[in-house]
Amino acid sequence: MAAPVGVHLEFGGGAELLFNGVKEHQVTLPSQSDPWDMKQLLVWIRRNLLKERPELFVQGDTVRPGILVLINDADWELMGELEYQLEDQDNIVFISTLHGG
Amino acid sequence: MCICCFSKVKMPVLCSSCAKKRAVLKRPKTGHSLCKDCFFWAFEEEVHRTIMAAKLFKPGETVGIAASGGKDSTVLAHVMKLLNERYSYGLELMLISVDEGITGYRDDSLETVKRNQEQYELPLKIVSYEELYGWTMDAIVKQVGLKNNCTFCGVFRRQALDRGAIILKVDKICTGHNADDVAETVLMNVLRGDIARLRRCTAISTASEGEGVVPRCKPLKYAYEKEIVLYAYFKKLDYFSTECIYSPNAYRGYARTFLKDLESIRPSSIMDVIHSGENLSVREGVKMPVQGTCSRCGYISSQALCKSCVLLEGLNRGLPKLGIGKHHRLHDKILSQQPLTEKEERKLKAVDF
Ligand SMILES: [Zn+2]
Ligand SMILES: [Zn+2]
Ligand SMILES: [Zn+2]
Repeated sequence: MAAPVGVHLEFGGGAELLFNGVKEHQVTLPSQSDPWDMKQLLVWIRRNLLKERPELFVQGDTVRPGILVLINDADWELMGELEYQLEDQDNIVFISTLHGG
Repeated sequence: MCICCFSKVKMPVLCSSCAKKRAVLKRPKTGHSLCKDCFFWAFEEEVHRTIMAAKLFKPGETVGIAASGGKDSTVLAHVMKLLNERYSYGLELMLISVDEGITGYRDDSLETVKRNQEQYELPLKIVSYEELYGWTMDAIVKQVGLKNNCTFCGVFRRQALDRGAIILKVDKICTGHNADDVAETVLMNVLRGDIARLRRCTAISTASEGEGVVPRCKPLKYAYEKEIVLYAYFKKLDYFSTECIYSPNAYRGYARTFLKDLESIRPSSIMDVIHSGENLSVREGVKMPVQGTCSRCGYISSQALCKSCVLLEGLNRGLPKLGIGKHHRLHDKILSQQPLTEKEERKLKAVDF
């Protein structure tokens, strides 16, 4: 069993509007047999945090195109995207690029 | 997972440019992985090259930066200020903001622009719909209802910058349109079959088209939205994001989503669509609308009166439907201040839309 993981989530660029306008969330992911990865985190966010219009945040099993993801301040495209395995104290940022410029 | 020790070792990707620091992003345009500093430099230099290649500015010019408080214009203001100093462009820069007069919507974004003014030490001028047209958007919504207000909002906004720029005597306006915006506009014009706009929309700058219009340019034309957002994020620039509370344009929204979907499969799609737009040529003999000017305000218009003058006339006369739909044959009557017939009045008054 993997221990619970505490991660810091941040939503910005307008994505916070889907989370009651709350930008920062400190969450604890419960312990489970396999390590947590980004794919599971997105499912967890959808079930536990998303307040409205989930289709504006997730599409299929990934984020909606146009939402940027940073893992510990680096583009998730450099970190394995959905396969990235979360570690305790990771900082994950979601920024929407879809809102007015 | 490291294959030799089977432990969870995550190798940081190194910057492909300096090979020293940890890469923080993968550039959509080139696929390069860059560290923060190399990314800042690459981004700024590309904008500089765009400006130089298209000869966007001349020394001594006063340039108004259209500032909404959003990500694009905030990055534009930051980069313009920086390049103007780094390369001695010799430009007089100022921020121009439009206040539509929507309670609660602009308050926060105008606050952002005011902070930008201090952060970048650039003069700021806010022009309001109220001072330009005599009507705030809130007042317009009261009269026309919520269904057609975006017609007003869009038409008035297009001219507001020009009218503001003329009052402020700027030589040029630059806007924060990025590569994604330009690609989206190409797509929209293809979908609408608007050949005239399709030909113009990829141009990086427009010359003055009549006395009511100030030349415009788009220094971020080749900058991807992803990079603009990450530039703002890593530089910790102060920007504001929101949706226009008065109904977003659903059709444009679909075009945007479609492009983002394409981009997620192949990042070059954005640039490919722009290149397609740039390289389209129109067969000889295709009729183009004749560009005239509005006989009331001098703005470019294919009709005797431009769209915003017609909308204004409608508002001021209590006939809000005047500018919605086609009422071209009434332009002469309006211009010569002839009264409308009872039947015409009735048709234009109904607020059942
Ligand atoms: Zn580097
Ligand atoms: Zn609007
Ligand atoms: Zn006019």
